Formats: sequence, structure tokens, C-alpha cells
Amino acid sequence: MAETTYIDAITQAMAEEMARDERVFLLGEDVGAYGGAFKTSAGLIERFGPGRVIDTPISEIAIVGAASGAALMGMRPIAEMQFIDFITCAYDILVNFAATSRYRVGSSCPIVVRGPAGAGAHGGPFHSLSPEAMFMNRPGIKIVSPGTAYDAKGLLKAAIRDDDPVLYIEHKFLYRRIKENLPDDDFVVPIGKANVRRKGKDLTIITWGAMLYVADGAADELAKDGVSAEIIDLRSIIPFDEEAILESVAKTNRAMILHEAPLTGGAGAEFAARIAEKAFEYLDAPVKRVASLDVPTPYSPPLEAFYLPDKNKVVTAARELLAY
Amino acid sequence: MIACAPHVTESLSRDQLLEIDYYLRLTRTLEERLVALFRQAKVIGGLYRSLGQEGESVAAAYALDFRQGDVVQPLIRNMGAILVAGARPVDIIKQYMAKGDSPTRGRELNIHFGHPARDGFIGQISMLGDMIPVMAGIALAGRMQKKSLVAMAFIGDGGSSTGAFYEGMNFASVQKLPMVVVIEDNAYAYSTPIAKQTAARTLADKAYAFGCRSETVDGNDVFAVHRAAKNAVDHARSGGGVTLLEVKTFRMKGHAEHDNQSYVPIEVIDEWRSKDPIERFENTLIENGVATAADFDEIQKRVRAEVDAATDEAERSPMPEPHEAARGLFAGDGFWGG
Repeated sequence: MAETTYIDAITQAMAEEMARDERVFLLGEDVGAYGGAFKTSAGLIERFGPGRVIDTPISEIAIVGAASGAALMGMRPIAEMQFIDFITCAYDILVNFAATSRYRVGSSCPIVVRGPAGAGAHGGPFHSLSPEAMFMNRPGIKIVSPGTAYDAKGLLKAAIRDDDPVLYIEHKFLYRRIKENLPDDDFVVPIGKANVRRKGKDLTIITWGAMLYVADGAADELAKDGVSAEIIDLRSIIPFDEEAILESVAKTNRAMILHEAPLTGGAGAEFAARIAEKAFEYLDAPVKRVASLDVPTPYSPPLEAFYLPDKNKVVTAARELLAY
Repeated sequence: MIACAPHVTESLSRDQLLEIDYYLRLTRTLEERLVALFRQAKVIGGLYRSLGQEGESVAAAYALDFRQGDVVQPLIRNMGAILVAGARPVDIIKQYMAKGDSPTRGRELNIHFGHPARDGFIGQISMLGDMIPVMAGIALAGRMQKKSLVAMAFIGDGGSSTGAFYEGMNFASVQKLPMVVVIEDNAYAYSTPIAKQTAARTLADKAYAFGCRSETVDGNDVFAVHRAAKNAVDHARSGGGVTLLEVKTFRMKGHAEHDNQSYVPIEVIDEWRSKDPIERFENTLIENGVATAADFDEIQKRVRAEVDAATDEAERSPMPEPHEAARGLFAGDGFWGG
């Protein structure tokens, strides 16, 4: 056991997979000699050489496209977006080429596209994205979003070993704020399995990524009133653990989805619809969603704080759920 | 080796020249068959002819060595290139007819099929330019895997206006990847003439932005295209990096069968008709005593028999089972076997 930050968990996962499997390589902007904008790939070029830690031009289409071509040839590329916001520049080639490759022509395209996501670090409109919903309606790409160091490491290993494209959303706010004792063995967190983070009986909060900690704070607050909230850490958005969601809702009869992306058309809409379709008779109140405002992510701290979900918004929504 | 005028070829045997002729005639005959099937409403989607461009597609791909793992990526008018790589006419017809036992089991159209490592060719997606970075990745993987493969990508005057083309070319050139990009100037992208596509003097001039090698050749001269492509392939295989090979040709039909090409002056079409690449190739072989009209008749007979047999087999093939639409998205459901 060793105390490991969320960002070190990511670095370790890449290093261990590169050591285990020579087909694994990393490409992206400033990932080599500089070690990545956040130092996520620090030390990798020294260990694995410039042939497997490739500094690229500022060309997200080329990064994801070249990763895809190499994946078809049997390699296991990790394509880094310097900030996940820039995946929008490569959206076309990811959703049209990589994501459709198996379905269209039977060709496995095992790429991992990863990069720092999320707000709270005052990155402004172009360095704060939570991109999951953009990809949910384009079948063929798996989406994971770890909120703990354990899951950051285990899900990245699972993503690298997966035979299909995986979008790995790492939350930059958690990079150095989260520290956990991680096992020393080669553990993997399966894609598609949620984690019951906190057991409760009065309501279910379904969330992922950095919002876990907002949910924790709200649950602590609610506990003071004797309310016990169950927190489901979804971890995987596609495929998602429908069973875990429905099981929890059947127990608590009240459901809230909490996410960092804007509300309208967000991933929460899909989960709320699924609960309405499959667990309607268990519900004692309409499903609640707590999400960011339907605007681009603003830069200035007071604006950003108002934009994002926080403990108070979650507690308020929970009390409305309970009072219904 | 055979005695030929030096402008003809220095490196191709008589058997190879006749093999090129076979692929040229196979391309044209197969497309003519697809037109017939299209008119019988048996081709489900659009049909895109390469009439007048068969020469460069075949000659460029013929410069590759598929035994060494070379990979060619066609666009819609480069069916000839995948035939050279070993694509079977029956598979192409089944693709056009959307059959359940086509290589893509009815999921994809026309020549959008092929696996680079297994087949030596890879189908395009419709977002033009995207295949350039993908092919760069194939070349990169080849280098990492210590293979000596060369990746050849086709792109058009229209496709080379996309951002993906520039990013892919730039990355491949920076990495000095073993790549040949054949850039076709066939005068029109759908209805848009090249003057509205680019202000560059030639498409080969775009190579200046990448710092890669470039050359411009007459795309309707099979010998010239093959020679230039062979040089580019050798250059790539020996570690010299990317070549942008511009072939000047002309699209003799509309964008697809529905398009009557009314925006092209008739005298331009007539002029290019006289430059037909297959006729020119065969006349040169006859003039140089390499082959006779009887040789070409023999080839045509063989091609015709193959296309007939392929058509029969494709027509007998079943359409896919509707419920299969739900399968094969991710690994593990057994749809694609393995």
C-alpha cells in the first residue's frame, strides 16, 4: 500500500501498462520531454523512449486519427488531449472513424482518448469541459469518469486493455487534491460497474467524477437531520450500470442525478428517463437533476461557483425530494 | 525485362504490363457491370464512377508490395487500387448490393471495407481528409512493429481542402513516416471546379507547407504514374519520408450516376476522352511490340468471365437478417467471430 494522488494513479497506470505490453504507447502535445501540461506523463519518455512517448504537433485530428490507424494495426495507443475540451477538434474522427470501426467493418480500434476535464480550477470556457453527453448519442465509444485514485488507476488499465475505443475523462480538480492508499497489485476496475460509495435508505444520489465530493458534503449535511443518502458512483457512463441505479432507487424511492456538465441534454437526462421507464412504481417523488447552468463555463471564481453544482444546491434539491 | 522505348518503362516485365492491363480492364468492366446493376435498382446506394481515372488508381497501387505489408487506402474513385491489392470483385458487388454476406455484412457501402493488416487495403469514411491521419497511424504502427511497410493514401482536389488533410500530412511529414499520398486533380469536386477549391498553383505545391517531397505527373499516363509512384514508395521504404504525388486527370462522369455533369463544358469532356488512360496504355504496348490486340482481347475475355461469375454469386447472396442491426458494436457479442 502506498499513498497515491489521483494524478499519480494515472501516471502509474500508463507506466505499468506500457511495461506490461509493448503495444501500448502515448501520443499527444508536450507529453514527452515536458512530461505533459499537468505532468501526467512525467518520467515516461525517460523510461520508454521517444518512440513510445510521442510529442505531436498541435493537431488533435492527427493525434486521434494516427492513434486509430495504429490501433487497427494491433497497437494500443493512448491519445492525450492536453485539455479534454480539445476533443471537440477531433470529434469528427473519433465518432465517425474510431467509434464506428467495429460496427461498420468489423475492425477493432482499441484506442484510449484521455485528458483533463472539468471545472473548478478557473479554466474558463475552453479549459473546463465535461464532455460525456457529447459522446453518449454516438454509439461505439465507451466513456469512463473516475472520481477516486483507485478508480483512476483501475479504469485506465481497463480502458487500455479494452478492445474498443474508450474516452477516459480525468478530472483535473482532483489531480493533486485526492490521495488514497492504493494496493500494490495489478488491479483493474471493470468498465460498466458502478460503486455504492455510501449506503443510505432515504434517497439516492447518482453521480460521478469530482461531483462525488459535492455529494459527500451534502450527504454529511443531510445526515445531521437524520437523512441517510445513498451515493452511487457511476464511474462508467457508457456502458452504465443500470442495475445498480434501479436497485438503489427501488430501495430509497427517491432519486437525484448530480453532474457537472450543463443540465439540458446532459447525461442525467438519460438516467432520469431510464428510472422513469423502469422504476416508476418505486418512486415517491419526481426524479431530480442537479447540474451546471446551461451556459459556457465562466472564468471568474464567483461566476464559476454560481455556475457549478455545490453542496447547498444538492441539499436543497434533496430536501425538496424528501418533502414531495 | 523487355525492350521498350525508355519513356515506357525501365522496370516492368511483359507479364507485369499485361497484369496492369488486366486490372485496368477489370476496373472498367466491373464498374460498367455496377452501372447495369444500378439501373436494375440492385445497387442500393449511390454509384461513383472512376471512368478516365482507372490508370492512376491501378498504376500507383501497382507500385506497392503487398507481400511486405503495404497498405493502400482508396477514395470512392480508386476501386482499381483495391483490386490491385487483392479485393475480390464479388465482394465489391455484394457491398454495392448491401448483401448480408458482404465483407461488412451489409453495414457499409461500396468500397468502404478492408482491414489494413489482413487485406492490404482499408476503406475510407466519408469525411474527406480523415483517412490521411489514419494512414499516418498505420505507417507509424508499421515502423513501431519493425515492418518495412509503406502506406499509400488517395485524396482528391476537394478532399485536400480539409483540416484533417493538413493535420495528417503535417504529422506524417514531421514523423518522416513511410507514406505516399496520391493527390488527384480530376478538375471537379462534385460540381465545384478546382479554381474554387484552392488558390494554390498546383496541388503538389501544398507540399511546401509540410516540407515533404512532391511530384506532379500526367495521371492518364500509366507509365508515368507507376514510375513516380515507385520512386515515392522506394523513397518511403528507405526512410526518406512522405511524398505528395499529384496526378492530373479528369473525372469523365458526374459525381455519381444521378449527376449529368451539365456544369462541365462538352468540349472539355471530348478533349479528355481522347486521353483515355487504358487506350493510351494499350496503344503504347502495341507500338512498342510488347503486346497485340489479341492479348487484350484475351484479357477482356478473362475479366468478363470473372465479373459474370462475381455478379451471379452476388445476386444469389441473401440480404442481412434485420435483427443483426443490433449486434457487433463492441467486442464480445460474437457477431464478428473471434
